[in-house]
Amino acid sequence: MSTEPEVSFTNKIDQEIKIEPKDWMPEQYRKMLIRQISQHAHSEIVGMLPEGNWITRAPSLKRKATLIAKVQDEAGHGLYLYSAAETLGISRQEMLDQLHSGKAKYSSIFNYPTLTWADIGAIGWLVDGAAIMNQVPLCRSSFGPYARAMVRICKEESFHQRQGFEILLTLSRGSDAQRAMAQDALNRWWWPSVMMFGPKDDESPNTLQSMRWKIKRFSNDELRQKFIDVCAEQVKFLNLELPDEHLKWNEETRHYDFGPINWTEFWQVVNGNGPCNKQRLDARRKAHDDGQWVRDAAAAYADKKRQQQSQAAA
Amino acid sequence: MNQDWPLWEVFIRGRQGLDHKHVGSLHAADAAMAIENARDVYTRRMEGISIWVVESRNIHASNPEEASSLYDPANDKPYRHPTFYDLPEALKHM
Repeated sequence: MSTEPEVSFTNKIDQEIKIEPKDWMPEQYRKMLIRQISQHAHSEIVGMLPEGNWITRAPSLKRKATLIAKVQDEAGHGLYLYSAAETLGISRQEMLDQLHSGKAKYSSIFNYPTLTWADIGAIGWLVDGAAIMNQVPLCRSSFGPYARAMVRICKEESFHQRQGFEILLTLSRGSDAQRAMAQDALNRWWWPSVMMFGPKDDESPNTLQSMRWKIKRFSNDELRQKFIDVCAEQVKFLNLELPDEHLKWNEETRHYDFGPINWTEFWQVVNGNGPCNKQRLDARRKAHDDGQWVRDAAAAYADKKRQQQSQAAA
Repeated sequence: MNQDWPLWEVFIRGRQGLDHKHVGSLHAADAAMAIENARDVYTRRMEGISIWVVESRNIHASNPEEASSLYDPANDKPYRHPTFYDLPEALKHM
């Protein structure tokens, strides 16, 4: 038997009425959202690291300014998402602790290294492209604060993908060495990007409930197929190749067929054994610990000002 | 000291002549820092010309569970809307 608030909650979901923080919600819905939104926030924050690596080495002032703006956006996106998660009753500190202790996950893609400048192009086109594919339907997610944060994020994210494609386009029209560098970046980033959509549907235990509650709108495999279809067409503008010999248009399904995904690698990276897992977490922890004195100083200054004000008022 | 800075709600006036609209929230040690952070987080693309910040604990909200009784007084007064009145189609500018 469903209780009265449960019925009212389910009705809202069915009628596409958004759930707001103070509305009654099942404990499992709250937990699932906290998990998904905080993971998403962590991904934005950790995602700054591989790109930050190239800010000082970007090949021109224009590329440098663009990359700084992109990394700033990612910090902003992390903050929108942390705020959305906080409306569900978890504190910022708890979420950061979960990230730094390794308890919370973030997108595995950021555990791969950025070896050349072309990687910044590949990240923009493929990684941000996959993220956008995931994020656009989340703008209609059933939880109001999450959906609103996603609207802002999607608006800002579009330049990220375009600047990445432009980097690759420029390299693909350059010297042989530049073309080879771009192809090498695609070779390394393609499969990890395809894996960004998560495990196959039949191995993704949360998907069904998440879609019933309209937190997610499409399954992992649906989004993955959509992404592959789009990229297979876009790559033609680059005169480069996606590293999949099985990639072929299928007239019957009206989709591209693609080769087998290396799920062993996927689970290895998810479980902490990717090329940069340790480096990323160490960098995050160090940044947080090194910032402690700033947080302490700001809090002490605010306290002092409050005391001065109350003395002046007395 | 391992404590979250207080939470602030951020309101932004997009253009002269518009009202301030709630855009989100952030943490800051004091009001000045909240305004600076709001500038960096919510107006990176010229989205605003004026920022308000209010500490979240100072906001009092109605309870969604009491919505039906709270709004009950307005619920049966359709005559407050212009469409309530039946007038000839030929009548213009009213």
